[in-house]
Amino acid sequence: MSVTAPKKLSLKERYRILTRGLDWTPTYQEPAKIFPHAEFEGIKIRDWDGFVDPFRLTMDSYWKYQAEKERKLYAVLDSFQQNNGQTAITDGRYVNVLKIFLTAITPGEYQAHRGFAMLGRQVPNVGLRIAAQMQSLDELRHAQTQIHSCSHYNKYFDGLHSFSYQHDRVWYLSVVKSFFDDARTSGPFEFLIAIGFSFEYVLTNLLFVPFMSGAAYNGDLSTVTFGFSAQSDESRHMTLGLEAIKFILEQHEDNAAIVQKWIDKWFWRGYRILAILAMMMDYMLPKRIMPWKDAWDIYFNEAGGALFGDLARYGIKMPNTAEVANKEAFRLSTETMLTFYQMGHASGFHSWLPSEDELKWLAEAYGPEWERLYLPRFKYFRELEAKGEHYYNPSLPQLCQVCQIPMFFTEPDDPTKICFRDTVYNGDRYHFCSDGCQHIFEGEPEKYVQAWLPVHQVMQGNCGGATIDEIRKYWRVEDGEDNYDYVGSPDETMWKSWQADRLKVGS
Amino acid sequence: MSNVSITLYNNDESRGLIAAILKDNPASTTMRMPGVVKIDCPNKLTILRETVENELGRPWDVQQLHMSLVSLSGMVDEDDDYFTIAWNH
Amino acid sequence: MHIDIKAASLQQKRQAYKHLAKRFGEDRPASRYEEGTLDLAPEANFHYRPLWDADHELYDKTRSKITMKDWYALRDPRQFYYANYNITRAGQIESVEHNFDMVEKRGMLTAIPAEWVERITFYLLPLRHYEWGANMNNCQITALGHGTALTAPTCFAMGDRLGIAQLIGRIGLALASNNETALNAAKDAWVNHPDWQGVRKMVEDSLVLEDPMELFLAQNLALDGIVYPLVYGAFSRESDRRGGAAISFLCSFMNEWYEETGKWVDAVIKVAAAENDENKALLKSWFAIWEARAVAAFKPLSVAVLGAEAGAQAIADVEATLKARAAKLGIA
Repeated sequence: MSVTAPKKLSLKERYRILTRGLDWTPTYQEPAKIFPHAEFEGIKIRDWDGFVDPFRLTMDSYWKYQAEKERKLYAVLDSFQQNNGQTAITDGRYVNVLKIFLTAITPGEYQAHRGFAMLGRQVPNVGLRIAAQMQSLDELRHAQTQIHSCSHYNKYFDGLHSFSYQHDRVWYLSVVKSFFDDARTSGPFEFLIAIGFSFEYVLTNLLFVPFMSGAAYNGDLSTVTFGFSAQSDESRHMTLGLEAIKFILEQHEDNAAIVQKWIDKWFWRGYRILAILAMMMDYMLPKRIMPWKDAWDIYFNEAGGALFGDLARYGIKMPNTAEVANKEAFRLSTETMLTFYQMGHASGFHSWLPSEDELKWLAEAYGPEWERLYLPRFKYFRELEAKGEHYYNPSLPQLCQVCQIPMFFTEPDDPTKICFRDTVYNGDRYHFCSDGCQHIFEGEPEKYVQAWLPVHQVMQGNCGGATIDEIRKYWRVEDGEDNYDYVGSPDETMWKSWQADRLKVGS
Repeated sequence: MSNVSITLYNNDESRGLIAAILKDNPASTTMRMPGVVKIDCPNKLTILRETVENELGRPWDVQQLHMSLVSLSGMVDEDDDYFTIAWNH
Repeated sequence: MHIDIKAASLQQKRQAYKHLAKRFGEDRPASRYEEGTLDLAPEANFHYRPLWDADHELYDKTRSKITMKDWYALRDPRQFYYANYNITRAGQIESVEHNFDMVEKRGMLTAIPAEWVERITFYLLPLRHYEWGANMNNCQITALGHGTALTAPTCFAMGDRLGIAQLIGRIGLALASNNETALNAAKDAWVNHPDWQGVRKMVEDSLVLEDPMELFLAQNLALDGIVYPLVYGAFSRESDRRGGAAISFLCSFMNEWYEETGKWVDAVIKVAAAENDENKALLKSWFAIWEARAVAAFKPLSVAVLGAEAGAQAIADVEATLKARAAKLGIA
């Protein structure tokens, strides 16, 4: 054997040789011992080699492209810090979306990082493992770049200071934590459908594209840069999610029923989290990019519709709760906002009532029914504020056993009536916010009875004490700084002093 | 028939790429948002290396798309000379 | 618009995230490594038991027999976070690309005598499967290890080992004019050749280890501590003598990587061993087992590549170096 002139290899061939060739069939240990998670979910795989690599990055190219992205991103972050870019945002209120993002989403990115590492180790196919491993690296990237981007804001604004600690404890953050805990405690295929497909493919566009575009519109250079830079990884993740679901469905006809159950579950689980995003888009961006409902139409009804059209040939249908989500589209952001407005004393970020102009924008976006239902409530709260009696709800809310959101969503066909569902399991009664959450519970009651429900935990004395002061200490929510209305907050005082200085310089 | 979609950074590097896409996919429509451009096209959208190189006036590796890509919707196929997004229905 | 706000009103309210200030004992600015690493993993209030491991919480210290008062004591001296990790590797891979270009342009591989090409195929190329095992092992630690100080660098190591496996794959392609023949022959040796079976068995046995810290020590200290100095040291020097200097040149990344990564591995083991006597005894016993296995597994290969006497000497030298290293870490 001697070395002669090389033949030309196509991208696909070269990738196949450099990746697929790495595996071997173990003989000294049972494959089932090396990949112990592969079979317990009941998914049937006839031929692991049938998996199509979603994208063909070898590790050297991965390093090259990711390093280039990071060089660009950190150049922006450095310049943002040096030039005090936080003073150039549209309004101090804006930073509250970052508080929610850092405490709710960033720890979720971290969970995805660890979950994809699990997948990257456990799936018995080398191509799928590599794709999952790269996603694990990417998700760690997202967590770290978000922490680094928000670091400068944390030096000036309240509510960003204890994000990972709070994620383990604060009531509304438990919504996101339970979502990722749920996915991560599942088997590899369900994790793949939950995060790789339902979340990445169907829902993250909503999170990143309109939201980050909103950050750009509000002068937040730092967030828009990490947001779009992260989203450039998401395209790879979405492709992995789609190739994975196709692969599973093509392997055996019995898989479709299991996959459909997971799609129904994880669509609804993910959608419930997006309620807070809807609030951020419609109520918290000082300059709005598009109403939640429009984003929902573009990214769920249009893109998701095309996707499910494509999956129809495997017998896969739209999630069974998509219709309910559509019915809620005009009121989702408002129902959520009105709840957080009343829970301002028990939140790590500020809330506030929309201005007249903002109400006009909302009315135009959401139509006469929205005006009829919600304008009077805003008027009522405004009158209370004028009297110096901002309304805060002193009671502990009942939480949904599955999504862990307080019971504030309304009946699909009656927005004046709170939607309550319940079921009895092993002699105990469990409560739900929706048919979607009830069905999820009934599919795996033994899992959801374990839920760490913040309100129950408070009642059992596991959260620092019985008074709101003690509980806030347990949460590390600084009373009088992180919480209550934006109006009158230290954030507002600081922002106003910046504006005053700006005017002095300008004059 | 459904739209496939690709969203790209709206910056100088992507300009040639966007021009090439619009040239090779005349049925496509664009939506501009702060920072990004979303291009929709019925059923299938093709990016040809050759067209992009003509627009940019320099060599372009299909994988460099990763530097401009923000999001996509549709099934992906890529090789040395092309990148396509398509639905199969 | 340029904004000029006078310095007084831009007074910082805090220098660092509070969990960091608490660790530092003062509110001082944190490095990006500290921000992106410390206290990042969830610690409390888990919702559901894993379907795949009902005996543990999702994040659970007791997956390892090693105990630490603070798992974030296991710091990475390189202070890698995602950005500086990737930028470092991208720089190194640029040199690798340059080396491949030069080797190709100057026809340096065609100058290697045919019988030595066959030896390289036999001793170097099967190591891409060893690297793939190392990738999976570091991936396993990333999934189940405790504390981001440990699991972020193992995630980077996971990427490194895929990168090295693919680098070996590229050498295999280059040696066979971009045909798969050499890599297929190497895989056949990995699966069937008697000289490789000790290594393959050891790798497969490591894939079923349950304690993440035992796995860390076995893979990153004991096995790598034999493989890298033997293959990229002793075998490379032999290759240089036999007209295969181009191969050492293409493998220069591996030497550079091993030196850099070794500092991190040593730091983790040293701190874990110094934590308490039980840790030290455990690490010591694990090291004794896996170091002895690695020596026994690689001896036939050393003899096959270097001859009976030189081969035995090379493996003895490598073992002595590793044992001296372990002594410094307190686990010999």
